[in-house]
Amino acid sequence: MPDRDSNIMSKIAESNKSVVSGIDEKDIQHWITISILGRKYKVPAGLTIMQAMEFAGYRFIRSCGCRAGFCGACTTLYRIEGDYRLQTAMACQTRAEHGMYLTQIPFTPAERAVYDLNKLTPTIEAFLTHYPEILRCLGCNACTKACPQDIDVMEYIAAGKRGDITLMAELSFDCIQCGLCAVRCPAELAQYNYAQLARRLHGKYETPTPDHLLNRIKEIEGGTFEKALDELIETSTEELRKQYTSRDIEQA
Amino acid sequence: MAELKFIGGYPEDMRKLIEVVNKTRMQRKDYIPEAMTMQERDDVLQVHPDYAPGGKRAIRLGPNKDDMAPNEVADLLEAYPLLDGSELDLTKPDYVVDLLIIGGGLAGTSAAVWAHEKGVDREKILLVNKLRHGDANSIMAEGGTQSADRENDSPARHFLDAMGGGHFTNKPDVLRALVSDAPLIMKWLCDLGAMIDREEDGCFVEKAGGGTSRRRMHACADYTGLEELRVIRDEFKSRQIPYVEYYPVIELLTDGNRITGAVLYNMETGEYKIVQAKATILATGGFGRLHIRGFPTTNHYGATADGIVLAYRAGAKLRDTDTVQYHPTGAAYPQQIIGLLLTEKLRSMGAQPVNRDGEAFVFPLEPRDVEAASFIRECYVRDKGVVTPTGMRGVWLDTPLIEVKNGAGTIEKSFPGMFRMFQRFDIDMRKDPVLVFPTLHYQNGGIETDPWGKTNLDGLWVAGEVSGGVHGKNRLMGNSTLDCMVFGRRSGISVAQYLATNSTHGKLTFDHTKKYTALLKEAGVVTKRKAPILLPDYRGKAVLARMIDVF
Repeated sequence: MPDRDSNIMSKIAESNKSVVSGIDEKDIQHWITISILGRKYKVPAGLTIMQAMEFAGYRFIRSCGCRAGFCGACTTLYRIEGDYRLQTAMACQTRAEHGMYLTQIPFTPAERAVYDLNKLTPTIEAFLTHYPEILRCLGCNACTKACPQDIDVMEYIAAGKRGDITLMAELSFDCIQCGLCAVRCPAELAQYNYAQLARRLHGKYETPTPDHLLNRIKEIEGGTFEKALDELIETSTEELRKQYTSRDIEQA
Repeated sequence: MAELKFIGGYPEDMRKLIEVVNKTRMQRKDYIPEAMTMQERDDVLQVHPDYAPGGKRAIRLGPNKDDMAPNEVADLLEAYPLLDGSELDLTKPDYVVDLLIIGGGLAGTSAAVWAHEKGVDREKILLVNKLRHGDANSIMAEGGTQSADRENDSPARHFLDAMGGGHFTNKPDVLRALVSDAPLIMKWLCDLGAMIDREEDGCFVEKAGGGTSRRRMHACADYTGLEELRVIRDEFKSRQIPYVEYYPVIELLTDGNRITGAVLYNMETGEYKIVQAKATILATGGFGRLHIRGFPTTNHYGATADGIVLAYRAGAKLRDTDTVQYHPTGAAYPQQIIGLLLTEKLRSMGAQPVNRDGEAFVFPLEPRDVEAASFIRECYVRDKGVVTPTGMRGVWLDTPLIEVKNGAGTIEKSFPGMFRMFQRFDIDMRKDPVLVFPTLHYQNGGIETDPWGKTNLDGLWVAGEVSGGVHGKNRLMGNSTLDCMVFGRRSGISVAQYLATNSTHGKLTFDHTKKYTALLKEAGVVTKRKAPILLPDYRGKAVLARMIDVF
């Protein structure tokens, strides 16, 4: 039914229009006002900060990456009119609110050490060698409050100071390295870089490579699967199709 | 208009439909619809955007003349270069290197580390990024990476699964490299210190994915790509390999045939820079931000097909340009996150697609194109979808079943990223289902390569999503991050070998774009379109209408 099917495609495109090519002004029910770098803009209610800035006319050449909360590029600092607190957010994952005063921080020039993981141990020594400033932590909790991923940053720094690499790695796992902890830290730490080191130490030294993987690599290097692969490559599409449809499937 | 009333993140009428899903959940708990036969698959694919009529045309010129491609891609292949070359001084390159890598996602970063590992001097490598190093689709990969490393599994089985998923159109030699190297890549990740999910006994947690006949999906919670990229990028930085950010490539340079360098553009200042390189690895990713057929996308902001546009102009051969991967489960509600990825792993762990009547209507782990088409059929043919306040249609993904099947707390532990995202919009996916609809996810085809990432052009390798062949006309879950790392590594090694015997730089010219421009005219392409487009444009229409350019 070609007509039906092309019709379906038009309907789908129509329903996606506001996401793909921007909201039509006549469809906007509610408006809010936000300030970007101190200038006021009227934007539709219900958008993310990122979408609202685009509606206002910004075409990002920085401070915009994955648009889905994974990359930490759209780090945003804001305050709501009438409130004294400076707050933090990822622009792609936060609804724009009326009275927001905001700016973005596209880059954090924090220091990162150079190290060879093979020469380190999963102990406090790694930090004392590469990031001794970790001991300067004041325990003020500004980092935890700033984290848009709700990570208990102060707690993992405390773990690091005790040499508890495992806990530091686990607590920091969801870090997207946006740099907001470092921006807000009065002791000038670069927490997210220390956490990166902790996770690699944990992954390398505290969770050994499983035997089944090492065995498989030995088999591959010994050529165990070459014959089967040769045969598959020689097999006709028709025969492959048969093998494919009749293969047994392990229960999920 | 009165304000919509929301209950737990959903408007009232959607809330009522959720009650229907809640009611049938326990009956569905142990019922899984049967997988489709090959004939049933073919039938449902008729409503898949790749197969539904329209949306595509034959490419009018170049190495793939007469091949079909989505209109949005053909538009960019049939577009003029941004510059004709006369504007630039090519005689004084700003960077003279052995290896230029374009794109800093998983593929490009892996290539740099492996080229260095295999002896290329770090000072002779340059990695260039359009945005920041790591702003890539890789970092958003959620579900996992395939590697056949359990006893009941084998690379041959992995091969057959991928072939079937790709409708038997995959390039066999390249696919063989993918499945054979997968365990080596897992070992590399372990050596670099990646935190891969483990069972209590230390073995990997391995899950099924759509179209896999064995459990071989390795994950790092639902931050798999993030974790893989974080450790590889950290290794890259510790090796002190030079890189630049916010420097898109706007043209490759050639001596007429061989790729010899590239033109970089500083988006902040408008200045250009010239790179001269003996070898170039293109790892620029895909094209989701072209919004093929008007679909929303899971892709990052820079996914605008730059790589295929630039390489095609220089004479690179493409393949499988006619297919696009739509991920079945993009978010369809709320408005702020439409199109964003809800990983296939949700279904691997028991979440069921359910229609507005609360019925499970499809086997949850069909290959992606089949699963996506079945959602479109449910919404637009059978009319059993759910309509949102903005007119989107979707089907439910019954996420609470994950906790029913695996125990309370599973969602927070296995899907922290997704749980957090919905929570930001007041939706609790542990208690309520989420609404999904297919979203533009992946560029199946791309530049053709040999098993070492080498293209038909001297001096040019490609790796990752920009390449074509390994996935044929449809990629399976868990094979894209793997693709990036396998062919990133292979291209890095291959270039290191090449450099051992090829020590000269080539001339830097725009000869290839001049030829291509002549071809465009000859083919009668009359257009103002220029490419690459570098970034999409989502600015408000009212603002664009009043925009002036005064300096």
